[in-house]
Amino acid sequence: MSLQVELVSPERILYSGEAEMVIARTTDGEIAFMTGHAPFIGSLGVGAVTIHTTEGDDLRAAVHQGFVEVTGDKVTVLSDIAELVADIDAGRAQRALERAEQERGRAGDDEEAESEAEAALRRARLRVELAEA
Amino acid sequence: MAGGQERVLRRRIRSIQSTKKITRAMELIAATRVVKAQQRAMNARPYAEQITEVIQHLSQAGAGREHPLLRRAESLDKVAFVVITSDRGLAGAYNTSVIRAAERDLMGAQHDGAEYSLVLIGKKAASYFAFRNYRIDASFTDMSDTPHYDDARRVAEVIIEAFVDGDVDQVRLVYTRFLSAASQRVVVRRFLPLEVTEEGQGEHTADYEYEPSPGEIFDRLLPRYVEARLFAAMLDAAASEHAARQRAMKSATDNAEELETKLSRAMNRARQDSITTEIMEIVGGAEAMSQS
Repeated sequence: MSLQVELVSPERILYSGEAEMVIARTTDGEIAFMTGHAPFIGSLGVGAVTIHTTEGDDLRAAVHQGFVEVTGDKVTVLSDIAELVADIDAGRAQRALERAEQERGRAGDDEEAESEAEAALRRARLRVELAEA
Repeated sequence: MAGGQERVLRRRIRSIQSTKKITRAMELIAATRVVKAQQRAMNARPYAEQITEVIQHLSQAGAGREHPLLRRAESLDKVAFVVITSDRGLAGAYNTSVIRAAERDLMGAQHDGAEYSLVLIGKKAASYFAFRNYRIDASFTDMSDTPHYDDARRVAEVIIEAFVDGDVDQVRLVYTRFLSAASQRVVVRRFLPLEVTEEGQGEHTADYEYEPSPGEIFDRLLPRYVEARLFAAMLDAAASEHAARQRAMKSATDNAEELETKLSRAMNRARQDSITTEIMEIVGGAEAMSQS
């Protein structure tokens, strides 16, 4: 038996297929799902989602917050910003990271701007990290 | 003398022909965009469905019944209207029908003693309501043609903030639902407070594990749900817009064609007339010469 996995963003289904294992990062830490996992609902942080497909491939995606639901042998990852590693443009990600760093430097005292810049920076870092791996 | 008539007609025919070319091109463009917009709406559906499912599971587990987005006001003091129209015209009655439905509903709310608040999407709604001196609280343009999720998020943020702060007691959404390529209908929907239905009580719902707590997940999930629903409405409206434009441009092209045949008939007759007159004159002239 394998897991039925769906990785869904608001604009389209990024991945739909069978997998041996799914690893995600919830706000509390990393968690892996295999068949027979107890029903689970979790809120995702900024992190990578790794899908070990039944063909033995590793599929990685950058997920910037979202949700994961596990029922029976079905894993659904919902995220309003999610990208498959194959879709990430390394050059663009690098430039976005530089921009995000400058942005945070400029945010200064404004708390709201700072936390926003901080989040953008985390997203950019993750993207670069995955694109390089 | 008769040649003047002919020249005028010829000029009109030429201008109608070039207009027809434009409307036909627009019709074809709109036709392909309807298909694309429909595809986008289809692609967005799984996310909205899944998120609804998760919310149902959470609410069955008793999470977040007190969430501000579910708050039902005892009396409606202020109603917000979110009106989705297009940026461009030439789409037949598409914008007018949405705007009219919104205005009617708004007047109904005013009649019941509620204040209104307007959140407008699309240039058409903005210019209509601005011209009539309505108070506009937020206006978004350049997004209704091909809406992206980020656009929906920006709009949702404004709505959620107004609602959570208690500034408005209800949010209604006015947009055009895309039923099929041949039929779209303007609908006025209650958008906020959200209604979470609890169906299928007591299946396997109690034994979920949560990370973090159900309440916290619920708090994060609800705004996403609002965004997803708004996004779906925007995509529907976009598909409807293109379908309406396609229809409008098709009838414009048909009209042009009809006018063209009518006018070229008139022109041919005018030309024939002038030739006949000319021959008559020559014959008459020759007759007169030979008699003298």
